[in-house]
Amino acid sequence: MKNTISHRVADFLKNYPPFNLLLLEELQELSTQISIVYKEKDAIIFNENDVPHSHFYIVHKGAVSLNKTQTSTIVDICDEGDIFGLRPLIANENYKMEAKAHEESILYAIPITTFKPYATSNREVGNFLIDSFASNTRNPYSKSHRGTLYGEPESTEIYNPSTELLDLQPVKYSKKLVSCSPKTQAKVLAAKMTSKNVGAILVLEDKMPIGIITDKDLRNKIVTGQLPISAPASEIMTSPVITYSKKLTITQAQMAMIKSNISHLCLTKDGTVNSKAVGILSKHDVMLAVGNNPTVLIKAIKRATRTKEIKQVRKGIMMLLRGYLDQNIPMTLISKIISELNDACIKQIIKNSLAKLDTPPPVTFAWLALGSQGRSEQLLHTDQDNALVFEDVAPEDLEETRAFFIHFAKQVTQRLNVIGYEYCPAEMMASNPSWCLSLSEWKKNITTWITNPGPDEVLLSSIFFDYNNVYGNHDLVSDLSDHIFKTAKNYPSFFLHLASGALQNPSPTGFFRQFLVEQDGANKDSFDIKRRALMPLTDAARVLLLSHSIKSINYTAERFEKLAELEPNNAELFMAASYATKALLKFRTKQGLAHNDSGRYISLSKLTKAEKIKLKRTFRTIKEIQELVYIRFKVSNLLR
Amino acid sequence: MRNFFKKSKLDLPDYWRSYENLFDAKLPEKIEDITFVVLDTETTGFSYEEDRMLCIGALKLKNNDINVGDSFEVFIHQDHYNQQTAEIHGILKEGKATRLEELETLKLFLAYLGNSVIVAHHAGFDVTFINTALERYSLPKLKNKILDTSTLYKKTLIRSNLLVKKEHYSLDELAEKFNLSVKDRHTALGDAYITAIAFLKILSKLKEKNISTLKQLLRIY
Repeated sequence: MKNTISHRVADFLKNYPPFNLLLLEELQELSTQISIVYKEKDAIIFNENDVPHSHFYIVHKGAVSLNKTQTSTIVDICDEGDIFGLRPLIANENYKMEAKAHEESILYAIPITTFKPYATSNREVGNFLIDSFASNTRNPYSKSHRGTLYGEPESTEIYNPSTELLDLQPVKYSKKLVSCSPKTQAKVLAAKMTSKNVGAILVLEDKMPIGIITDKDLRNKIVTGQLPISAPASEIMTSPVITYSKKLTITQAQMAMIKSNISHLCLTKDGTVNSKAVGILSKHDVMLAVGNNPTVLIKAIKRATRTKEIKQVRKGIMMLLRGYLDQNIPMTLISKIISELNDACIKQIIKNSLAKLDTPPPVTFAWLALGSQGRSEQLLHTDQDNALVFEDVAPEDLEETRAFFIHFAKQVTQRLNVIGYEYCPAEMMASNPSWCLSLSEWKKNITTWITNPGPDEVLLSSIFFDYNNVYGNHDLVSDLSDHIFKTAKNYPSFFLHLASGALQNPSPTGFFRQFLVEQDGANKDSFDIKRRALMPLTDAARVLLLSHSIKSINYTAERFEKLAELEPNNAELFMAASYATKALLKFRTKQGLAHNDSGRYISLSKLTKAEKIKLKRTFRTIKEIQELVYIRFKVSNLLR
Repeated sequence: MRNFFKKSKLDLPDYWRSYENLFDAKLPEKIEDITFVVLDTETTGFSYEEDRMLCIGALKLKNNDINVGDSFEVFIHQDHYNQQTAEIHGILKEGKATRLEELETLKLFLAYLGNSVIVAHHAGFDVTFINTALERYSLPKLKNKILDTSTLYKKTLIRSNLLVKKEHYSLDELAEKFNLSVKDRHTALGDAYITAIAFLKILSKLKEKNISTLKQLLRIY
C-alpha cells in the first residue's frame, strides 16, 4: 500500500544508483516493501560468517563501516546513499565482512526477492550492483561473480581497479640535502641540524653517502656520555646507509622503512651507496604523501559550498590526526594544526550560512567558540559550545536583531551538527536566546557572574571565559575581554570562587593510589579522563592566568608555559603541568580515535601497564598544581 | 433507555471483543520484543467535543525496524469541518483522497492496533480523540499501554542548573534536536514517522541510563 512514508522512501531512493535507473512506478512499488531500520552507533548489522539476510541495505542517514574482524581493519565506510550487504544477492554464501554502524544510522532494508527481478532484467542495474559489491569488498575478483547473476560467464571484460594506486606514485623527497663531512664534530653538526630543522644529517665523502646521523644517534651516543661532544661524525654515524633510487614509489618507501625499522631513507642517483646522494626521505614525508596534508585540506574546506563536502573533509582531518599521532609529532603542533583545520570548517560553515541568508546581518557580530573548542583542545568531534555577540542596537530594535541572529545561529548549529559536532546537552549554543546577546548584555552578564559568584556563575564563567573568536568582528570580542579583566580586578573575591571551583573536580586516584572509576551509568567502571584529569589542570590554568590579567592564550599547555615564564620560582611545576596536559590530551585523543568516540571514558582493563604508569605520573602534577591554587587563593577561607 | 455506562460485555460487537481478547496475553518485558504502534491524528481543531478526526496515521515498530508496507493511513469522512485548521494539515473537505466513515476507520484501526503499545507525541491528545470517537459508537476506551515521546524526551535531558527545562517540547523541537526532516510535518503518517525516529533516538539515550524494559518506560512521568 502506497503511503506518505513510502513516497518519502522513493523520493530518497530515486537520487541514488541503482535505484535512479528504475521507473518511478517501479520505485514506488518497491518502496512499500522496504523496512526502515534504526541502528545505534556501534550496533552490528551483520557479522562475518552470518547467514545471509533476506535484505540488502542502503544507508539513509549516518554511516556504516564494513570490517574484517580478524585483522580488525575497516575495509570501507558507506555513507548516505551507499549500498552494502550485497553478497546474498550475488553469491549464495555467508557474509565475508562485518557491517557495523559507524555512526547512529537509519538504513533502508531492501528485500532481495523483490529486487532481484529488476537486477536481472535491467543490465545497468545489475552492473552497478556488481561494481559496488567489488568496491565494498575491495576485491577485484568479485567481478568474476558477474556470471552468477546472469547465469552466463563473461570473460571479455577485464577488471580495471579505479582506486588511485599509491604504489605507482613517486615520492617527493627534500632535495635540499643537509650533510656534513666525516670529520665534522658532533657539536657542529647538531647545530646545523637545529638550524636546518631536520631530524637527520647525511655524512658524505666525495659526494657519496657513507653514513647517516639521526636525532636518535645523538641521543644514544652523545647524550649518554658514550662519546664526547667533540667526537667526529664518522664515529657517531650509522653506517652503511640504506640507499634507494630516487624513482622509489611511496609504497616501496613505506616497506623499506618498516623492513629496516628506520625513519630516514637516503636516495642516491642509481640507488646504490656508490653514487651521488640526491636527497633524504623521512617518515614524515611519506606520511604527508599518503595521508592528507593540511594545505590540501584547507584548500578543500575553503572551496566547499555545501555542508556535505565539509563533512567529507573532516574525515581527511581525522586521518591526518591519526597519522600525526602515530608519528609522535609534538602535541602542541598537532593541536595547533588540527584546531586550525576545525576552525576553518566552522568558519566556512558560518560563511556559507551567511551567504544563504536572504538579508545580510543588520549589525556586525562575532561567533565565539567556548570551552574546549575555545581552548583549541578539541581534536575529536565533541559537543559544540558556542555563543554569539552582536553590536549594540537601539532598544526598540534589540529583539528583532536578536531574532535575526538566533535564526542565523540555528542554521549554523544545525550544519555543525551535520559535520559531527553534537549539540550541547546544556543548550550552551548561540541558537539559545540566552547565549545570543548584544555586547552590553554580555557585559552585564559577566559583571553579574563576577560580582555574585555562586556555583552556577563560576561554572558559567569557566566555560565562557575560554572563548575564542572564530568569526566576525574582532573589536567586539576584545572589548568583552577588557571588560572581564577590569571587572575581575575590582572584585578579587571572584578569583577565590573560581579557584575553589577549580578544586571541585573529583580526584583521579583513591587512597591506595588506585584509579577511581565511575560507579554507575553507561560508563560504569571506566575512568573519566576529562573530569578527573584534564579538567583540574584546565581550571587551574585558567584562574592562575586570569589573576595575571593575561588574555588571548587559551590553550591550557601554553597557559602553563606562560605561567612558568611569569613565575620563575614555580617554573618547574608549571612546565610539568604543561607536559601533563599534553600527555593527557594525547592519551584522550588516541583513545578516542581507537574507539571512534570522544575518548573521554577509558576502560582500564584495556590499558597496558606502561600506559597506566604514564597516566598515574601525571596525577602527581595535578595534585601539586591543586595545592598551589589552594594556597595562593586561600581557598581554605571559603567553605568548600 | 439502556444505561450507556453499564453496557454489558455481551452487547459489544465482535470486532471489539476480538480486540479486547488480545489483552489476555501478557506483553513481553524487553523493549526489543515489543510491537509499538506509533500514531498521529489530524483533527479539525482542539476541542474533544466539537472537533473531529480527519486522518489517522500509524506505523509499527519492532526491534528498531519499521516495515513501510505495514503502515496505517486512513482519511475519514466528517461533516464537521474547520477552515482554519485546514491551513495546517492541508486536508480539504472534499479532497481527492478516498475516505472512510469514522466507524469503519475505527474498526480497521482496532484490528491494526491489537495489543501493541501506543507511542505518540503528546499522546493524551490523540488518544482522547480516538476514545471520544469510540464513545460516540458506545464503545469502551482503548486498552493499550501508552507512551508519550514528549515526556520520555524530558527524561533524556541532562540534569543541570544551567539548563532550564520546558514543561512541554513540541514535535518540531524534537525534530530540530535530532536533525529530522520536517518535510511531511502535519500529515498524520509523516508526523508518526518523525515521532517514531525520535522515539528510537530517545530509547537509545535512555538505554545509557539503564532503562531497557517496558515497565521502566511506563514508569517515566
